[in-house]
Amino acid sequence: MKDNNKVFWKGVEELGNSPEFLKNAQNEFPEFLPLKNSSEESNGTDRRDFLKLLGFSVAAVSLAACEAPVKKAIPYLNKPEEIEPGIANYYASTFVDGGEYCSVLVKTREGRPIKIDGNKLSGVTKGGTNARVQASVLSLYDEARIQGPLVKGKPATWAQLDKEVGAKLSSVAASGGNIRIVSPTVLSPTTKKAIAEFKAKYPTTEHVQYDANSSYGILKANQTSFGQAVIPSYDFSKADVIVGFGADFLGTWISPIEFFSQYADTRRLSKTKKTMSQHFQFETALSLTGSNADYRQPIKPSQEGLFVAELYNRIVAAKVATTPIKNDTLDRATKALLENKDKGLKSLVVSGSNDVNVQILVNEINLALGNYGTTISLATPSYQKQGNDEAMNTFIDDAAAGKISAVFFYGSNPVFDHARGAELAKALKAISLTVSFADRADETASLLEFVAPDHHYLEAWSDAEPKAGFYSLGQPSISPIFKTRAAQESLLSWSGNSVDYYTYLKSNWSSILGGASWDQALQDGVFEPKNKSGVEVTTSTFDRSSVEAGIVKNYPANTSGIELKLYEKIGLGTGSQANNPWLQELPDPISKATWDNYVAVSAGYAKTNSLEQGDLVTVKAANYSVVLPILIQPGQAANTASIAIGYGRTNVGKCGNDIGKNVYPFARFVDGTVLDFVTGISITPVGEKYKLAQTQTQHTLMARPIIQDALLSEYINDPSAGRFIPKISTPDGKVAPALVDIWKDQHHQPNHLWSMSIDLNTCLGCGACVIACQAENNVAVVGKQEVLNAREMHWIRIDRYYSSDAEPKETGKYFTNDAEGIGYGTLEIASENPQVTFQPMMCQHCNHAPCETVCPVAATTHSSEGLNQMTYNRCIGTRYCANNCPYKVRRFNWFKYFDNEEKFDKNVSMNTSLGRMVLNPDVTVRSRGVMEKCSFCVQKIQEGKLKAKKEKRHIVDGEVTTACAAACASGAILFGDLRDTEGKVYQERNVNNIERTYTVLEELNVQPNVTYLTKIRNISKA
Amino acid sequence: MQVTSSVRPPLVTNGKSKHDVTNDICKQVEGAPSTAWKISFAMALITLFYGGYCLWTTWYEGIGMWGLNKTIGWSWDITNFVWWVGIGHAGTLISAVLLLFRQKWRTSINRAAEAMTIFAVICAATFIIAHMGRPWVGHWVLPFPNNNGSLWQNFNSALMWDVFAISTYFTVSLVFWYVGLIPDFATIRERATGVRRKIYGALSMNWDGSAKTWSRYEAVSLVLAGVSTPLVLSVHTIVSMDFATSLIPGWHTTIFPPYFVAGAIFSGFAMVLTLMLVIRVVFGLEDYITINHIESMNKIIVLTGSVVGIAYITEFFIAWYSGVPYEKYAFINRAFGPYWWAYASMMTCNVISPQMFWFKKVRTSIAWTFGLSIIVNIGMWFERFVIICTSLHRDYIPSSWAMFSPTLYDVGDYLFTFGLFFTCFLLFAKYFPVVNMAEVKTIIDSSSEKK
Repeated sequence: MKDNNKVFWKGVEELGNSPEFLKNAQNEFPEFLPLKNSSEESNGTDRRDFLKLLGFSVAAVSLAACEAPVKKAIPYLNKPEEIEPGIANYYASTFVDGGEYCSVLVKTREGRPIKIDGNKLSGVTKGGTNARVQASVLSLYDEARIQGPLVKGKPATWAQLDKEVGAKLSSVAASGGNIRIVSPTVLSPTTKKAIAEFKAKYPTTEHVQYDANSSYGILKANQTSFGQAVIPSYDFSKADVIVGFGADFLGTWISPIEFFSQYADTRRLSKTKKTMSQHFQFETALSLTGSNADYRQPIKPSQEGLFVAELYNRIVAAKVATTPIKNDTLDRATKALLENKDKGLKSLVVSGSNDVNVQILVNEINLALGNYGTTISLATPSYQKQGNDEAMNTFIDDAAAGKISAVFFYGSNPVFDHARGAELAKALKAISLTVSFADRADETASLLEFVAPDHHYLEAWSDAEPKAGFYSLGQPSISPIFKTRAAQESLLSWSGNSVDYYTYLKSNWSSILGGASWDQALQDGVFEPKNKSGVEVTTSTFDRSSVEAGIVKNYPANTSGIELKLYEKIGLGTGSQANNPWLQELPDPISKATWDNYVAVSAGYAKTNSLEQGDLVTVKAANYSVVLPILIQPGQAANTASIAIGYGRTNVGKCGNDIGKNVYPFARFVDGTVLDFVTGISITPVGEKYKLAQTQTQHTLMARPIIQDALLSEYINDPSAGRFIPKISTPDGKVAPALVDIWKDQHHQPNHLWSMSIDLNTCLGCGACVIACQAENNVAVVGKQEVLNAREMHWIRIDRYYSSDAEPKETGKYFTNDAEGIGYGTLEIASENPQVTFQPMMCQHCNHAPCETVCPVAATTHSSEGLNQMTYNRCIGTRYCANNCPYKVRRFNWFKYFDNEEKFDKNVSMNTSLGRMVLNPDVTVRSRGVMEKCSFCVQKIQEGKLKAKKEKRHIVDGEVTTACAAACASGAILFGDLRDTEGKVYQERNVNNIERTYTVLEELNVQPNVTYLTKIRNISKA
Repeated sequence: MQVTSSVRPPLVTNGKSKHDVTNDICKQVEGAPSTAWKISFAMALITLFYGGYCLWTTWYEGIGMWGLNKTIGWSWDITNFVWWVGIGHAGTLISAVLLLFRQKWRTSINRAAEAMTIFAVICAATFIIAHMGRPWVGHWVLPFPNNNGSLWQNFNSALMWDVFAISTYFTVSLVFWYVGLIPDFATIRERATGVRRKIYGALSMNWDGSAKTWSRYEAVSLVLAGVSTPLVLSVHTIVSMDFATSLIPGWHTTIFPPYFVAGAIFSGFAMVLTLMLVIRVVFGLEDYITINHIESMNKIIVLTGSVVGIAYITEFFIAWYSGVPYEKYAFINRAFGPYWWAYASMMTCNVISPQMFWFKKVRTSIAWTFGLSIIVNIGMWFERFVIICTSLHRDYIPSSWAMFSPTLYDVGDYLFTFGLFFTCFLLFAKYFPVVNMAEVKTIIDSSSEKK
């Protein structure tokens, strides 16, 4: 447009258009503006530069002040094909610790094993685990492990070690010196083959197997009775009456994971199965097994032989002349066994005694009851205890006499865990070649010249044959962290075979597999042809007089004085994993004590001797004494004391050193076996106090319907027996609490409603779920002092309740003693021999959650799938939610538990660079000052949902499960979607056991998503 | 023209003139600090620094420095918080409610009582912040515009109500107190020179003393009194709802709002007495804070103490009458359980000891009043401890029952608030007029003792 061709000058200078003007016209601020000269000639900093610099420095300084969250994230240079970041890989493997066996699935993330699950394909452990198996993944990342071979305590190379050991071996062999390989039970057929090869090269070699907690008595008894020195297979699932004499078969005896699920099967009830086994237990300390028994009789260890003999006399026509026993529980047991036999049903009598004669009597009883072939099988023997106490004893004698020239300790630590450890320690000095395959400089290895560290089982190829015909394979799920070498490879190389162990194992397995697929066996982790079945026994050899003499000698009538019984704890076992803080902090299922062993005595004993809990006492036997605190244990037999083995280690690492006292030396070698009890001990107070850290300090239920229980006979008549059905008074009369609701239509769960059903009949209280949860959810270890402060962090706990004499005798009666008022005090006192109930307690995911309403910042909210969610980032830490939680399941981060080694050095999984490898990357490590609690493993739910979504399908029942439910060997915890009417949880809760289902504290109408099934006891009325 | 009653005793004794009032009150502000003041201030500062160290450690290391555990999530922290808030109540009651009721005797004590309120609420606020696990994100309780996505505050939570209640209370009290101070600052300004004149001039906001200003002053005071009066009831009502709206036996009690308000006034009056009895002697204000004042306050103490006592008994009755077994247990456990001594202390200090005030000799005795006022505050501290700690330590699930034992840091953080309170109060007493001169002057004509 023509009119728009007007020209506007910026100023009169432009009109003039002087060269001076043209020169500066390109500058933003031409010279004629009243600004400082900023021409190119000037090198000084101008205003704009100054502002730029200022801006940059401010930004740089403030950026530099921020901590970069990622320290070292190194991408894969060559990404392994099978590793997808963020996706877990599972490998079947085998957990073996001495004779302990469990077939497992190892979950690895980015090449790191982070969680152990049970392998459901195993015919032995059937997908179950226990606390020690669950915790073993943390032991992999133990900083106390030695990082390579040691020669005279100094780090060396494998070449150097091989050279020196080889040289010494040749000289020992040349002089014909005796060589011993000392190990616990070896389950591995390939290891045995390697040992045999070593023996072939060095014929003076003998392999000595011993078990820290020996079952040699059973081996010997079976040798005597049936001519087979093996442990039989037991099948508790087929037994209708179970009688145990000091055998903690649910906790620590022979193959507890296997027995656990078998036993639980006999205790499970439903609409269609209204029978359950009856279990009698005679024992000294209150064990996990005894606490699940219907009838439990505390006995002194010196009475055990007499009780077994008495039962024998009653069951079998032929008699042994021992002191007769009059006992109500034994009468009942006898009656139950005989009636059961008359009905043509099977029973099972087991004894934990290591006394050969007692075990022979037990064999005779079982034979008379017709149990061989069903509940006991010698046709499929178990190899889980092969230890020979006599051989070990002879070895120590020989060593002391200087008759041994070379010794190899494979997986064994006898200086700590053998009664004659101290003697052996002295004798070792005189042996010219001493080698240990231990993973750390433990009590034995630290005294030896050579330590040739073996792999952790998660780094190694391994195999096992726990029972005849049941093979198990283990594969490495991580390459060795340190410069370790398979012990078998070491042995083979010293015997001149330089093959690597993988090749050796694979070639050995070609004969085991007999043509079956190696890849399949490796994928399954187990290979169970079961074709090795032998013949069941029907007759026995029984020398009555010698048994009689043995019983009379070892079990005198009318013993007086205090007796000491040693027992194994479910957490620490024999002490091999004592440096595992998860296990140290796992509350003992019965006493709920952590981080210590102690002298358990009965309340009666404590009272007569004016002892209180925590009083330090000297326990003295003929040859050994320790100073330990007293713990008053309901159910402990009168005039006895029990102390756990496995504690008091000195060379295991910072978490296990000097925790408790070592009591192995109390064990006695009598008539060829090691006995775990001592008579005639003395207990004298030291006059000092000691604090025992228990996670539960109120032990009774106070007659509250938190545990609802009934007798089997009542249950058969009325499946809802024992239920407490609260009603709320309203203007329209009394109604169920759920009908009184101010939150109608507030929470919808249209797609999923995640729920849990817990059967109190099959929850046997072992605590595997506690460790599984700890591993899955990165739960901090807080150490003894913080447990004393009642600040343990476990998201799931097992509440253990003792009955009280003040409670009503009738079942289904709750809230008594109200009128008496002050009489509440008597309800707090546990019975001398109480009934015990376990109750797993975790966040109940209430649909009307009291925690959610009180949080000022909405950090805890409800999901549309019924989950009570915790948003850590939002939490400001008022703790109002924890106060208002009626179940007290919320856990507060009182301190910074991670990156705080100074204060929480025991929390290795968050405070050491090696330990941190165990952390689950899917779960946040919680910061200081926030609340945390069970999330129903929301990360697993999310993973399952995403997988189903990608495959465009619904979630299948059982696809998503929580760590606790997965770990539970007895299947007591069921987890699933309540919206799935075919699902396990719905079926259990709304179909099979609808009458037994209850929610804890129903009267509060918080509507939990966790329900419990009533506890039914197979006890006859009155 | 006001009528002088021949029956009522004079409120100001010894024939003070208006000029005397000015002189007597300004004397403290204008003179050099006395030795007693210096010693007290030094002690307050020492307490403040020791407590500050403990508080710093608690912040630095975590709430774990206290004796709390998985079962007892609140103990001394919230006990102290409620205790301080309760103490604050007297100030508001005296200045607002008594103003509305035209109680002339309040004029000589309301200034100090209000100051006490402000400082007590600050001390209480300390615990609000300190008890948080992550105090550095404590501002998340405030509904300010943010980029936290859809996360907003939870208005169902009683703690949220607390935030509003306490912050409103603090703001209104502060404004009310300051407005009252303005004419007196102007008085001091007029008497001062140099820098002091400038400072007090600024503080007085250039008060000009015109009739119009006085009229506005009166109007604002009345409005603020009107606003404050419901706060006297609402603040402690809402604080009590922290407990009443929960489901813990011993907390979940509908009687809490009136019971807490009565308790707050009870403890607040006791605290005012404790402070005033010291001030009147140290600053020579016996003519302004007379035995009559003390007696009137003691009457309120015996009234509120009895209300609290009845509340305790009612709670027990309801625990039995409701038929709720958990609640029954909670109350039996309070009285006879492991914390029986705390309950016994509470009953003795709060219910039994104030009954002494039925005797005229006791309620007109300075020594008795001073002793009992301290006992009442100890008792009220125990009341909150009993409610908070003994209800939590044994609630529904017996496996989780636990005990609480305080650590040095629980004690230290409590001491911190004492240090803070007395530091503030002593500074106030020295540099601000402790008695409301303007208001006292209004009653000189009518209620002063004639010489």
